[in-house]
Amino acid sequence: MKTGIETRDGCSGKWIRGIFPAAAVVVMAAAGYGADAKYPTAKVMTTGLAVTDNEVTVGILHSLTGTMAISETGSVEAEKLAIAQINESGGVLGRKIKYIVEDGASDWPTFAEKARKLLVQDKVAAVMGCWTSASRKAVLPVFEKENGMLYYPTFYEGLEQSKNVIYTGQEATQQILAGLDWVAKEKKAKTFYLVGSDYIWPRTSMKIARKHIENVLHGTVVAEEFAPLGHTQFGSLINKIKLKKPDVVFAAVVGGSNVSWFKQLKAAGITADKQTLLTISVTEDEVLGIGGENLVGFYSSMKYFESLDNPNNKAFVPAFKKMWGPTSVIGDVTQAAYLGPWLWKLTVEKAGSFDVDKVAAASPGIELKTAPEGYVKLHENHHLWSKLRIGQWKADGQASLVYESGLIEPNPFPKGYQ
Amino acid sequence: MGGYTVGELGAIFVMQGFSGLSLFCVYLLMALGLAIIFGQMGVINMAHGEFLTMGAYATVFTSKLAVDHFPALVGVYFPFAIVLGFLIAFGMGYLLEVLLIRHLYKRPLDTLLATWGVSLVLQQVFRSAFGAREVSATLPAWLLGSVKPTESIDIPLNGLFMMGLTLVLSLLVFIFLFRSRWGLKVRATTQNRVMSGGVGINTHKVDRLTFAVGCGIAGVAGAVFTTIASTGPTTGSLYIVDTFLVVVFGGAASLIGTVASAFSIAQAQSVMEFFLTSSMAKVLTLLAVITVIMARPEGLFSIRVRK
Repeated sequence: MKTGIETRDGCSGKWIRGIFPAAAVVVMAAAGYGADAKYPTAKVMTTGLAVTDNEVTVGILHSLTGTMAISETGSVEAEKLAIAQINESGGVLGRKIKYIVEDGASDWPTFAEKARKLLVQDKVAAVMGCWTSASRKAVLPVFEKENGMLYYPTFYEGLEQSKNVIYTGQEATQQILAGLDWVAKEKKAKTFYLVGSDYIWPRTSMKIARKHIENVLHGTVVAEEFAPLGHTQFGSLINKIKLKKPDVVFAAVVGGSNVSWFKQLKAAGITADKQTLLTISVTEDEVLGIGGENLVGFYSSMKYFESLDNPNNKAFVPAFKKMWGPTSVIGDVTQAAYLGPWLWKLTVEKAGSFDVDKVAAASPGIELKTAPEGYVKLHENHHLWSKLRIGQWKADGQASLVYESGLIEPNPFPKGYQ
Repeated sequence: MGGYTVGELGAIFVMQGFSGLSLFCVYLLMALGLAIIFGQMGVINMAHGEFLTMGAYATVFTSKLAVDHFPALVGVYFPFAIVLGFLIAFGMGYLLEVLLIRHLYKRPLDTLLATWGVSLVLQQVFRSAFGAREVSATLPAWLLGSVKPTESIDIPLNGLFMMGLTLVLSLLVFIFLFRSRWGLKVRATTQNRVMSGGVGINTHKVDRLTFAVGCGIAGVAGAVFTTIASTGPTTGSLYIVDTFLVVVFGGAASLIGTVASAFSIAQAQSVMEFFLTSSMAKVLTLLAVITVIMARPEGLFSIRVRK
């Protein structure tokens, strides 16, 4: 997987090489592409980026192979869909978006190396990419040094802000606080059992959750426990939960462990009729592996569910399934990844330029009214204002919406939670 | 008693005992195949986990087939899935032995590297063929939920099923190794390859079969694990470290050792997880194993041979 649209690499003969780009230009001109007189290339791009009169190149940088491919596949699909739709509707400043796909291979140094390749060698105008915090931390210095623009889709632990990154997922407070408020009010919850996988995101999330439970909700955390990544046996942990009988189990278990966790909960007789469980790590993607029957009645705290009933989402879901197959599912992060190319397009058009400094400066205040999750707006801190939604899982793998907050201001450095 | 009634503590004690036993079964199911391959043949098979993944995928596809085309069979497909898991893993194991392993018997360290490569290749093959996302099998109703002997005790049905199967499989392996002609040949070949060849045993054939059976058992483990854990391209790698731990700790050449080691590691892990945290339990288990291995490099049990 090197390039998305092979204009040169795919053809062998010399004469084809000569003719094909020429033909492509003709086709694109016919389709309405080509630099608008208002936006000559020399004016919209002054920093040597890969922008021509007809085309602008962006990068897609996710894990296509390795353990993280499981999560990142959906993001790649959503980004390709968004780019295809933008191209159909006339491109960005009259230019068609061409993308180069690079594989981070679930390996953080590889992410950094590929990011450098995209920025230095390919001169891409923006990169949609990364999933885990580890990969983002690995590419961050590269983006800051080479002055690139990264659109990062995953909900994450916060505590970060960069001129060179736009965070289209929720930071921790947006996902956790409103969710805990809801469960405390709706379920009259006083005692909480916190469970997570043992790495930075669950640990930071649980730290924030604990402060909120103790200081704001005046509840009790009866236990906070982390299982090693890849842990497959939750028998002892489940017995501890049975002994402590918390009002709510608040969970952030990830990956293969997540599947074991829910299957074994069900097998041990902990089901929604007896135990309230709120998780921040289950989207429609995870349900595929866990199986809807093991999740029935449990709650997820997310900003997006595939089943959302609004006009934007009603257009988005069929378009996604048309492109990627009727059995594909759309999780929270997949939707957030879909926002990346659209936000970038709006920002470039507001700035009237592809230059990274101008795009970064124009980002605050960008409003996207067509997002499947509903209206979103970019904050000065480069995160999105977004709503918090609680979904209750059904056996068919879809969630029914039980609560929706108002727009929540992103706050990656929450005071009193560190 | 910390605010808990005697009844509650009793119930937890029973369930905790059960979860220790389930963990023992998981370890044993994984380690049996490896004990045969590593213990009997001395091949370090890093791709063992991927044979487990094959069994798991076989189960998922059998379940899909049943759900889509033979809805009447959804309740009974599981035993067939287990057999299919065994056959696929057995076949692939046979192939791997013929193509790769047999060239490396005299270079045990190279088998480590080669099979690790095979494991990476297989993971990517699974990912390309079946998609990167996790999948799940539709389980028959008799494998879901729990039995409740009293109001406060839940015994998972899938755990009971796994225990039964572990028992049967262990018995079969013992019978094959210690009560059959084939087992005799395997043991003879392990102890003295040249002499075994001299008395007319086709040692290459024995190698191939032994390796394939070991892989087949991993396939069975994979099929059963779909009831308690995930099925994805990297599922097998979640188990491989624990599995080697069990086999090495038990004494590579001894099946009894494998059973004893699986039991002690599982119980230690399970009890410590209850009183400490999962991460801490893992650390302490590893420390204990390292200490024992330092004192007894050959593991808990070993066959006395003249060197």
